[in-house]
Formats: sequence, C-alpha cells, structure tokens
Amino acid sequence: MSWDVAIRKTIGSGSQRFDLDVSFKSEAERLVLFGPSGAGKSLTLKAIGGLLRPDSGRVQVGGSLLFDAVRGIDMPAEKRKLGYLFQEYALFPHLTVRQNVAFSVRKGWRNPPRDLADAEVDRTLAALELADLADRYPDQLSGGQRQRTALARALRSAPRALLLDEPFAALDASLRRRLRAELVELQARVGIPMLLITHDDEDVAAFANDVVQIEGGTVRTRAISSPAVVPVSQA
Amino acid sequence: MAPAWIALGLSLKVALWATAIDLVAGVAVGYALARTRFPGRELVDSVLLLPMVLPPTVLGYYLLVVIGRRGWLGHWLESQFGIHLIFTWQGAVIAAAVVAFPFVCKSARAAFEDVDTSYEQAARVLGLDAGAVFFRVTLPLAWRGILAGVLLAFARALGEFGATLMVAGSIPGKTQTLSIAVYEAVQAGQDDLANTLVLITSITCVAVLVAAGRLAPTRIPGRS
Repeated sequence: MSWDVAIRKTIGSGSQRFDLDVSFKSEAERLVLFGPSGAGKSLTLKAIGGLLRPDSGRVQVGGSLLFDAVRGIDMPAEKRKLGYLFQEYALFPHLTVRQNVAFSVRKGWRNPPRDLADAEVDRTLAALELADLADRYPDQLSGGQRQRTALARALRSAPRALLLDEPFAALDASLRRRLRAELVELQARVGIPMLLITHDDEDVAAFANDVVQIEGGTVRTRAISSPAVVPVSQA
Repeated sequence: MAPAWIALGLSLKVALWATAIDLVAGVAVGYALARTRFPGRELVDSVLLLPMVLPPTVLGYYLLVVIGRRGWLGHWLESQFGIHLIFTWQGAVIAAAVVAFPFVCKSARAAFEDVDTSYEQAARVLGLDAGAVFFRVTLPLAWRGILAGVLLAFARALGEFGATLMVAGSIPGKTQTLSIAVYEAVQAGQDDLANTLVLITSITCVAVLVAAGRLAPTRIPGRS
C-alpha cells in the first residue's frame, strides 16, 4: 500500500491567508500525520478524501490516481473508495446504528430500512461488538460506541484505505488509551491501510508505522519509526 | 350545499395547492440560499421576503401587472395556451402561494444552514451522489424546521384576503374563499352567515393546528 501525496492549496487572503504545501510518500500500513492544530493536517486529509480541491499537485493512493492537476484528474469524493472517520464521527443522527453501518449498501435516494437484512452488515456489527446496539440512535451511545459505529460504517463501504481525523480527540484519557490499542488491533485484523492525523504524540507512539510531521502548512521532518514497535502495555 | 361549506372547500383547495407549490419552490430556493455563495445573495433573500411586509393589495397589483391579460406573462399564457388566470381559482392559488412563500423559504434556509456539512461530507465519501445526499441526509435533518414553515404557510394561505381579492375577485362558488365570504357577508348585513363563516374558519384553524401537532414528531431521534 502506498501513499503518494503532493498538494498545494491557498486558503483565504491577506492576513488570513494560509498556504498549504504538503508532500510525502509512504508505504506504511499505519501512517500518521502529526502536528499542532492549525498546521494543515485536516486540509491535507480533506484533499486526499476529495472534500477539498487542491490548487495543484497530485494524490495517489495504492496505485490509484485520485487527483492530478496537470492531467486534469479530480475523482469525486463518492468515487474514491476511501473510508473517512470524522473528528466528531458525523454519525447520521436520524438513523440507527444498523442503518448507519448499512448506509453505503444502497446508493439510491432512500435510506436502508431499520431491519435491512445484509449478512455483511451483521458481520461488521459483530466484529465491532455493536450487535446489541444495532437499534440505538447515535445520541444513545457512549463516545467509544460512537467511534466503533463510525469505524463499522466506514469499513462496510469496503474502502481501499481509511482516513481518520483526530479519532481520539473527543474521548477522555482512559478511553483514549483503550481505543488506541483497539484501533491497532482492528487495522491488523482487517488489513486496510490507515492514515491518521493527530496533534497528540501518544497517538503517534501507539499507532504509527511511519510519521509525517506537519507544521505551518508544510512537512517539517520525516522520521521512520520502527514498524515492529506496537506498545500495548498502555491498554 | 350551503355557501359556507362551498367557501370552506374552496379555501382548503386553494391553500393546499398554494402550500404544495411553496413546499417545492421554497425548499429549492431555501437550499440554494443556504448552500451556495453568489454576489447579491442577501439582496435576493430580501426581495424574496417582500411578500411578508408588502401590503397584500400591493402584491395583488404586482400580480395583475404580471399575470393580468395585458401583463407579459398573462399575455403569453393566453396567446400560447389560452390560459386565463385572473378571476379563476388558479389565480387565487398563485396569489396565496406568493403571499405564503417567504414562510417556507425562510424556514427552509434556516433549517438547511443548521445541518452540519460534515454529515453531507460523510454521506459523499460513503459513495452517494449529490441527489442521494440531499434526500437521505440533508432533507431528513432539516425536515422539522421546514415543516414548521410549511404549516405557517398553510395558515397564511388559508387566511389570504387582499391579494386574492384583487387577482381572483369574489365570485361565489368559484373564487370566493372563506375570508372573502366573511367580508361580503358583513358588507351585505348577513350577520347569521358571517357568524357561521367565522365559526367555521376558527374551527378549521384549530383543527389544522391540532393536526400539525400530531403530524410533527415531538422529537426526532438524535436531534435534541
């Protein structure tokens, strides 16, 4: 699995102007973009996911060219087959856990019914220990359950890779430690490459095979951390 | 059938058609105003709100200028399709729709602006095209706010008087709605008829409000 990203984007103007100029390549299964808030991590993630159009550059994920300004390629977000975990998870509040997870099963203009029969949805719910919560609504879930639902929803769409936007920022410290370990375990189990952005160096230590450090809109340093080190002692 | 019931039936017919037109147009325009940026957007918004503040007679006059026999649209409709709108119940529908339009448009815009765009982005990355995102995510999340506007629009259309009178006149059984019939009855000194009409109007409005309360869910799951 390869990440090949080189993008430029200017946002705002005058004193509000922000220049994003990020480029990195990595073969990591668990890649982390690390940097302080306001560094441009979220913009980079949005550009990879197709939610923000770069001014120039290219985005290639796992051999598929998703964006190339020179060749005029800009695959729309709905065609990129990338899972996206939003910071606050963005679970659809009007749908149950099962409907959220089954959301991508149907592409038409109607949501899946509450009792949709789909073996793959059942397997995904079971894999993330959500089977007993399937009929609940997102506002009836704890923070950890919400994150598992969001992961299940993204995984059911069979993405080529998963993009995670500060997945632990909304959680308290003890839950954060447990879910970091769970996410590493999940990545190993499903084998889908993940790109995670964070401002928390503990996320880097727990999750990363490879780190791209971003500051002020550009890549600062590149340090390859050892893929073998997966601290589970914190769990 | 007694004149009062005929007037009630006509009022309901006109108000329902006007509300249906406003629902489609108001949701479309409200969505465009909430989700697109273009120069003069706030000016457009203000112009669309005009029916709320202009005297209905002024609106009626504008409508006569546009859809009257010598109006540009009215003339075209007559020469192309042989359609006359003045002094018809369809003309009353147009008058009521214009007057009630801001209620749907305004509440739809506010409701759409309230929907966090991350829900729509989440739906897109899950593989849905723009139309599917609108009908599966945006509209269900905005629906409650829109419904409130729709009910107000229906009530406003039901009570429409000034613009309707100017555009459609007061033809019993054809364009004489409840509110116009009340006026005519009082003018003619028919106090018994006026009493009946006023009573029917009041009961109808209460019934609409009760039905609205039943129709609107007290709480959409997940929305506080």
